[in-house]
Amino acid sequence: MSFITLQDVSYKYPLAKTFALKHVDLSFEKGKFYGIIGQNGAGKTTLCNLVRGLVPHFYGGSLTGKTIIDGTDVKKWDTDQLATQIGYVFQNPFTQISGVKETVFEEIALGLENLGIPKDEMIERVIRVCKLLKIEDLIKRDPNALSGGQRQRVAFAAIIAMDSDTLVIDEPTSQLDPEGTADVFAIIQLLKEQGKTVLLVEHKIDLLAEYADEIVVLEKAQVAFQGPAQEVLQNPSLLEHGAQIPQVALLGSKLKEKGIGLAHIPITQKDAIAAIEERLGGES
Amino acid sequence: MAIELKDASFTYPNGYTAVEHLNLVIESGEKVGIVGQNGAGKTTAVKMMNGLHKPSGGDVIVDGVNTKEKTTAQISTYVGYVFQNPDDQIFNKSVIAEIEYMPRYLKMEEKEIKRRVERAVELTGIAKYLKKNPFDIPYSTRKFVAIAAILATETPYLILDEPTAGQDAEGIAILSHLIDALQAEGRSVITITHDMEFVADNFDRVVAMAQKHIIADGSARDIFWNEEVVSTSRIRKTAIGELAKELQIGERILYCDEMVEEIVRRLGR
Repeated sequence: MSFITLQDVSYKYPLAKTFALKHVDLSFEKGKFYGIIGQNGAGKTTLCNLVRGLVPHFYGGSLTGKTIIDGTDVKKWDTDQLATQIGYVFQNPFTQISGVKETVFEEIALGLENLGIPKDEMIERVIRVCKLLKIEDLIKRDPNALSGGQRQRVAFAAIIAMDSDTLVIDEPTSQLDPEGTADVFAIIQLLKEQGKTVLLVEHKIDLLAEYADEIVVLEKAQVAFQGPAQEVLQNPSLLEHGAQIPQVALLGSKLKEKGIGLAHIPITQKDAIAAIEERLGGES
Repeated sequence: MAIELKDASFTYPNGYTAVEHLNLVIESGEKVGIVGQNGAGKTTAVKMMNGLHKPSGGDVIVDGVNTKEKTTAQISTYVGYVFQNPDDQIFNKSVIAEIEYMPRYLKMEEKEIKRRVERAVELTGIAKYLKKNPFDIPYSTRKFVAIAAILATETPYLILDEPTAGQDAEGIAILSHLIDALQAEGRSVITITHDMEFVADNFDRVVAMAQKHIIADGSARDIFWNEEVVSTSRIRKTAIGELAKELQIGERILYCDEMVEEIVRRLGR
């Protein structure tokens, strides 16, 4: 069942001369993990803002076409109500962190306080997400004095604590090391297993290949490609559209050019190992 | 000419020691990538190189001068540091004012200011944003404004802290080109990054840090194929490197073309 549907959606920010989204048709189903990729400026963050209702409610501008979220047009959604349905982790953790709270604990509890969650449950939830994100040791620290990577984890924790059914996450790992990045993806996978819908903007294509069900490629405010991850990410023409493909898919394409076809173009490490082993084994 | 860390340690005023006993020499014209876990001490180490932090123990020598004997402003004309978060660095109301700031502060002639701005803008690809307020442009572009502002000082050494964070393929290509262009002029570029593909593609020398120390210093191949270094500094190989390890083929492969060659060779083509 389609939970979020965009029909011929076009949008311009108030002072912009060009469209941020142009004739976009997309639908997002419940419980699936969508990876959103494409060049910077292609419209990825605008799409997130729209799904979270910040476009048009906070930004203004001109929005045409239909954006239906859980049966109701985004224009009719109350943004505070929508915030309880759709959790949004901002691209830049420096933007999201409130700056008014003195400890990481309070920062994470802020959203829960606004939801009117009872105190005991609030404390329990904050501690649970801190464990999940491995930031227990930061709980008493000042959020404004944390490193970029630490702030990114706190920002993510604050949204997970809200426990909304849909998560819109804009580049959550840009400041994280490979291990921290792997942790975040593992958590997103866990959320998906709990039945949550995930829209993730991410440049780390190798990880999207591993986890995402569907991929949306945006280019110059329009949808260039969309479909199952396996289908979209093996297509080397993505490179001409400002997006990347996994290293192993590139390898598969290059081998094909040399006349060494694999059973299929792999998009994940595991896939690549199996396909290459089979190819090498088959001729020895 | 070189930046030298001599048994350098740094303890923050709150008592937290971020790096201990660092020894490192970076010569003019070197491209050095610094890798390691969040919290390993990478940013603290480079902040000592440009005088933002003066070592609590040991010394940091820049082109023969001990940083303890100079102000941070004086050292910053030798060693440029681009902050991880551009919002910690940018403060002018327009992109052009931000880039001109240091040349003007250093009281350069108009002609020289113009030349420096043009070059910085060309290298970072931000020509169409010059009149904008830096805070009205996207984060990834703002990072290039922060880089351009430091480039305009034309320091012999440039430090980039996580420049690839949030960049798309085009942004990464601009960074690679910029690093090569500076090296061609004999400048050194020192870069902290978590992007292992970027490290393997761009840096001759890689320094791995873990738990406040430098644990390895060598070529990308030496670092990525040293399993102990990889696990201690919590980095990973390039995706193709990982694949080669799993398949147990090739000689310390890191790149796609090397893997293609290896497979072609094995199939006897």
